[in-house]
Amino acid sequence: MSEQDILNAGAESPALEAWRMFRRNIPALFGVVMLTVIVAATLYGTFFYSGDPFEIVWAPHEVPGATPEFPLGTDYLGRNIVAGMLTGGGPTLAVGAAAAAITMVIGIALGALAGYYGGWVDNLLMRITEFFQVLPALLFAMVLVTLLDPTLTTIAFAIGVVSWPQTARLTRAEFLKIKELEYVTAARAIGARNKRIIWRVILPNAMPPLIVSATLTIGVAILFEAGLSFLGLGDPNTMSWGLMIGANRDYILDAWWPVTFPGVAIFCTVFAVSLIGDGLNDAFNPKLRER
Amino acid sequence: MNASFLIRRLGFGLLLMLGVVVLNFLLIRLAPGDPAVVIAGEMGGATKEMLDSIRQEYGLDKPVLTQLWIYISNVAQGDLGQSYFFNQSVAGLIAHRVGPTILLVLSAQLLSIALGVFLGVIAARKPNGVMSGFVSIFATIGYAVPVFWTGIMLIILFASVLPIFPVEGMQSVKLRDAGFLVQALDVAHHLFLPAFTLAVIYLAQYARLSRASMLEVLGSDYIRTARAKGASEKSVLFKHALRNAALPILTVAGLQFGNLISGALLVESVFNWPGMGRLAFDSILRRDYPTIMGVLFFASAMVVIANILTDLSYRVADPRLRGKG
Repeated sequence: MSEQDILNAGAESPALEAWRMFRRNIPALFGVVMLTVIVAATLYGTFFYSGDPFEIVWAPHEVPGATPEFPLGTDYLGRNIVAGMLTGGGPTLAVGAAAAAITMVIGIALGALAGYYGGWVDNLLMRITEFFQVLPALLFAMVLVTLLDPTLTTIAFAIGVVSWPQTARLTRAEFLKIKELEYVTAARAIGARNKRIIWRVILPNAMPPLIVSATLTIGVAILFEAGLSFLGLGDPNTMSWGLMIGANRDYILDAWWPVTFPGVAIFCTVFAVSLIGDGLNDAFNPKLRER
Repeated sequence: MNASFLIRRLGFGLLLMLGVVVLNFLLIRLAPGDPAVVIAGEMGGATKEMLDSIRQEYGLDKPVLTQLWIYISNVAQGDLGQSYFFNQSVAGLIAHRVGPTILLVLSAQLLSIALGVFLGVIAARKPNGVMSGFVSIFATIGYAVPVFWTGIMLIILFASVLPIFPVEGMQSVKLRDAGFLVQALDVAHHLFLPAFTLAVIYLAQYARLSRASMLEVLGSDYIRTARAKGASEKSVLFKHALRNAALPILTVAGLQFGNLISGALLVESVFNWPGMGRLAFDSILRRDYPTIMGVLFFASAMVVIANILTDLSYRVADPRLRGKG
């Protein structure tokens, strides 16, 4: 092997290496497929099967399979459950993704500042983080949603506001570790300013654990949205899986199907997301794979 | 255990609670409309006398900082205001509901740690065995199931298929006059399903965590020494290894407490458990802000106390930390 070959061999980017790992991870690929199917069904399902999830179309509590028009049966009011399943995923996924994005933005910004500057900035920001960790997240989100009136935007905002502390801690820990490394000193030596070092030098290198954390955050946010909707605190004008379960909860002993199918859908979505998260984690940390 | 650590920790805990009080104050003012009307609850029927007495009590005609001061000193004296919906003092309302919530949360916590750690230890014995695979899969599933849905599925199962556990409430009406022991057993009987529902999520996490922690510890020299001197497998696992693997579990258990309270809100709603979660839910539906704020305050106080206890137990469990500030 010539010297050039060795240099070329080492030139594979970490992202490409992670992708190679991920590609061989069967559960993670299964998660990707599952999530793709769910997202496709919520995005395009209504083209093939149209129906208003709020409209009363049949007798209440029609058993799944009994009428070909309503393969999953009807709920306590006689509303079509398939229509609810197909339209109810959109808000859940959208709120989950938006809330996770808000969580990551707040968490990374505060964690990066705390970890990079240290001293009183770190002290202050970490005390604020601890304060937010003391508030029970769901309760605080419930209060915020009630105060702000429940729309998809305020729900995503509320979930983001209560979920960022863990991301901030993780970001801070990564920054504390990376800022001591030589390439950061090198960047400073060539005159890079703090802003550039934080966002262009340290952050890209802190991304792997943050990407994994973002994936898991999406799962948690979806569960949050489902919980709020279940309690009847979601957007009342939008059908969602959580709302379907909440609306039918008083009749669970008469009919199991109106609460079971949406629950399975939530479970499959979060399960798929967390399989992907685990896969990314393994891909970024090859050492962990031996465990 | 050194005293200055304890004092500092308690002081910071009080500061956090002061923060919660200020946050409550800000949240009431964030609500659209006249604060007096907000406090009276949006029931439409608040009389002028009622609103005047609220303005008087909260000093709403005074400057904002004075209002804040009045609010803080009221809370410091244990006065969380009056619930106009329940027509009762908020402190009194909460006092009735704290017990069931603490009972539920602590039982779920103990159940999930005990079962989770046991499964994790068993799994760690054979890192590539069937049990390890089971723990990993179970952990991912446990994380992905909505807790309220688990509860509903268990209710369907135990109400119709296998009616051995009550699925609603905390006590049987017909046993109200029975002796203490009978009543305690009755509560435990009612407690099982809600506590199990809440425990399932965390059980999986503890199993995964203790498996990882045990695997790390089992590779260390002192474990090889213990095995070499002929200690039994049971003694190696539970006496030598688990003690050292327990620290990360303890940390997570402390951090998990706030999440448990959040989960309890949903579980209480599903099982009609008469705790703070039900109270929070009822008061949020009625926009009964004094009660909502009272519950937020008490729930946060429970987390603060749990955090302090975790820090203390950490020092008991890890002698290396003792004497350090």
